[in-house]
Amino acid sequence: MSSRDAILAAVRANQPAPAPAIPAIPLFERTSRSFLDEFRENLTSMGGKLAPALDAGGLDAWLRAQFPDAAVICSATPEVRGTRPLDSGAPPAELADVDVGVVRAAFGVAETGSVWLSEKELQVNALAYLAQHLVILLDPTRIVGNLHQAYRDPRFNTARYAVLVTGPSATADIEGVLIHGAQGVRSLTVAMIPLG
Amino acid sequence: MRVGLFIPCYVDAFFPEVGIATLQLLERLGIEVVYPLDQTCCGQPMANSGCQKDAAGAEALFVANFQEFETIVTPSGSCAHHVREHLDAIPQTPAVEKVRRGTYELVEFLHDIVKVEEFPWAAFPHKVGLHNACTTLRKLRTAKASEIDEPFFSKPLDLLRKVRGIEFVTPSRPDECCGFGGTFSVFEEPVSAKMGYDKVEDHHRAGAQYIVSADMSCLMHQKGCAERLGLDIGFIHIAQVLNGSRG
Amino acid sequence: MKPIDHAEASSHFIEAKAHLEFHDRRLWDLRVKRDRQAHNIPEWEELRNLASAIKEHTLSHLGDYLEEFEAKAKSNGAQVHWARDASEHNQIVHDILSAHGAKTLVKSKSMLTEECDMRPFLETRGVKVIETDLGERIQQLDDEPPSHIVVPAVHKLRGDVSDVFARTIGSEPGNNDPHYLAEAMRRDTRPYFLGAEAGMTGANFAIAETGSFVVCTNEGNADLSANVPKLHIACIGIEKIIPKFEHLAVFIRMLSRSALGSPITQYTSHFRAPRPGTELHIVLVDNGRSQRLGMKDFWYSLKCIRCGACMNTCPVYRRSGGLSYGATYSGPIGIIIDPAFDIRKYSNLPYASTLNGSCTNVCPVKINIHDQIYKWRQVMAERNQLPLVKKEAIRIIGKVLSDPRLYRAAISATGLAIEHLPRFAIYNWLNPWGRQREVPEAPKRSFRSWYLENRRRQ
Repeated sequence: MSSRDAILAAVRANQPAPAPAIPAIPLFERTSRSFLDEFRENLTSMGGKLAPALDAGGLDAWLRAQFPDAAVICSATPEVRGTRPLDSGAPPAELADVDVGVVRAAFGVAETGSVWLSEKELQVNALAYLAQHLVILLDPTRIVGNLHQAYRDPRFNTARYAVLVTGPSATADIEGVLIHGAQGVRSLTVAMIPLG
Repeated sequence: MRVGLFIPCYVDAFFPEVGIATLQLLERLGIEVVYPLDQTCCGQPMANSGCQKDAAGAEALFVANFQEFETIVTPSGSCAHHVREHLDAIPQTPAVEKVRRGTYELVEFLHDIVKVEEFPWAAFPHKVGLHNACTTLRKLRTAKASEIDEPFFSKPLDLLRKVRGIEFVTPSRPDECCGFGGTFSVFEEPVSAKMGYDKVEDHHRAGAQYIVSADMSCLMHQKGCAERLGLDIGFIHIAQVLNGSRG
Repeated sequence: MKPIDHAEASSHFIEAKAHLEFHDRRLWDLRVKRDRQAHNIPEWEELRNLASAIKEHTLSHLGDYLEEFEAKAKSNGAQVHWARDASEHNQIVHDILSAHGAKTLVKSKSMLTEECDMRPFLETRGVKVIETDLGERIQQLDDEPPSHIVVPAVHKLRGDVSDVFARTIGSEPGNNDPHYLAEAMRRDTRPYFLGAEAGMTGANFAIAETGSFVVCTNEGNADLSANVPKLHIACIGIEKIIPKFEHLAVFIRMLSRSALGSPITQYTSHFRAPRPGTELHIVLVDNGRSQRLGMKDFWYSLKCIRCGACMNTCPVYRRSGGLSYGATYSGPIGIIIDPAFDIRKYSNLPYASTLNGSCTNVCPVKINIHDQIYKWRQVMAERNQLPLVKKEAIRIIGKVLSDPRLYRAAISATGLAIEHLPRFAIYNWLNPWGRQREVPEAPKRSFRSWYLENRRRQ
């Protein structure tokens, strides 16, 4: 008997009596606050930053001013040129020297300050982790209220990889001291720029 | 109303004043109190160790002593909880079921059944830290537990607020366990003592002159810790305060 | 083999005052943060009920959901393996690595791989395994198991971490600034991410509807481990399955709030299919779970989502540390899981509890932890797993308390003893109560005597 069959047989033999069907999960919508305000508040409390109001034209200049020492800026979105084109066919490890990665998120989540990214938005998944800093463009009208709404997005069914990113990489494993830039990006900045 | 009075073994042996206060208080409220003379214990120490066989004798004796009563009152939350939820080392006869149903802890009895409006004879002009024993708090649900998000309520506080002169102080960890835990206090002595020390020091820092509780078992442990630490803090059962003790 | 002696281990933990004080304060702080988050969500208790219902339904139909998950995962292009026990899991992982010529494996945190003792198995077969979660890495370098399932090195102070790093990764001895140490770890680990042939993650949840699985981290180390190398192995316990994506929202809303008091982890990553040109292998692991599923009183423990909230709130855990439980799973959840693995080794664990019930109240999936602890004590007594001294003491107490005359004799004897014996006779090694506490005074008379004098006129 294969392990698969043995395990399934053991599981079926031992399963408790069928528990009731799961009730429909409510959306728990709260409409009292502006999603944008809630998003901003949660993003910053999770260690993320907000870029000042910019239009698409001012983005490149703002980037150079924010990251004056950045030698390599790699963008996954055509809205920003960067210093080096992103080659989605190359091994991810080649992004090791990227100082700033730029991507556009599909949507944000007000409840947590998260943004949604998949291989489509990232081009190379590892960009969001190997870069030292990450800048994320977000259309302020594409913010859903909470995770219940987020998890109804059909793109979860088709994306190979989808991530809810909330602030920069962090750890507090050494004596509870909060540190940003544990293994992933040291900083994460969201720029509210409508999709043109 | 006529009630059977159950006095836990450690109260009978070490803190008879708590039993006396309970009896006097109930009589003041017009209740006829009967203390069956052959009672010993509810069975909790043995049952909490998992030793059902060793608990059966005490549990059977408990039922034998109290089966004639519709209502049984005890100044101990953990004992009341054991009788209602765990008195199952013996066959569940109608007499056993009757005794289990009818057993109340003192605070819940005064608050829910008698619905006492006032204690005119009571005054306790001291700073008091209220200690809710874990079983009484989380299982008998005599007050809101800090983990659960629900509206605030507290039966012991409702009663104590009717006592003149009491001033309440709150420790930084209001319902963290004090570490008694029955046989835990002996078999896991290092952690038990540390928890007790932390508890009494917390109350002391909050300014408590007395720690009041509906469970003398916790107080016995906390008192032992406070005395070893040399802390100037008194320990008194809620029955004594409600009965008019001045501390 | 002697059972784990939690009390003995805890006495050493308590003696290290600075470590104890930090450990207790840090974990209590996480509990307070959890409360703040929970009380800010009006539907928190409803979420707990939903989470519990989802898990109970799934576990009672686990066979069907496992098959659904496998079918979907395979159609997504993942390869699915099944491991009956720890050694089969380790062998499968090794075989996958060998087939790819992988000599270095970067991995994110997985309690399942700890449970299977995977690292030594791979290392003795020539695979270099790099833990990438900071806490796990500290423990790996110090050759010590993790002590807490979410914050693995919470029992260490910065000086301890500094010593470990100076010894093993060449950081500056004596420099114990956490920022410096974290940076040293970042620089040390990065080359491994870039060069490893394989990456491994665990999974917090696996979704039957889509064949996806979810990994929650704060560092992004799981995403690095999975998205840089060409081979991603995911080890998943069979109890991690949930039916649909919409159910995931309930758990993700509660996981990090319960664990760390933050609304979500920095990274919540959903893996459905391999990146083009790479391979994704899923190893579904039983290792005693199907057996636990059949335990009438204990199968609820399989609802666990590994948040650690029970550990943070447990006053015993905070003052004894995870390592004192001698098992992969410690604290309240450990107490109810471990005896199923080895009833003799873990026979004392159910007694490392005051049954205060705080764990049950914070559990996001409403596991009746303290009830199960109580039931395990009954199992220990029935299966004769109590230490002889305790067994005898309980037997004697039970006998005395079942006989009114024996009881009354014992009370007066105790009273006389306390009143008349000198201090050294009461406070000695025979009396654990008296080590750090005063014994109650002996009153003039018992309640019963008072009652006879003052109420009974026969």
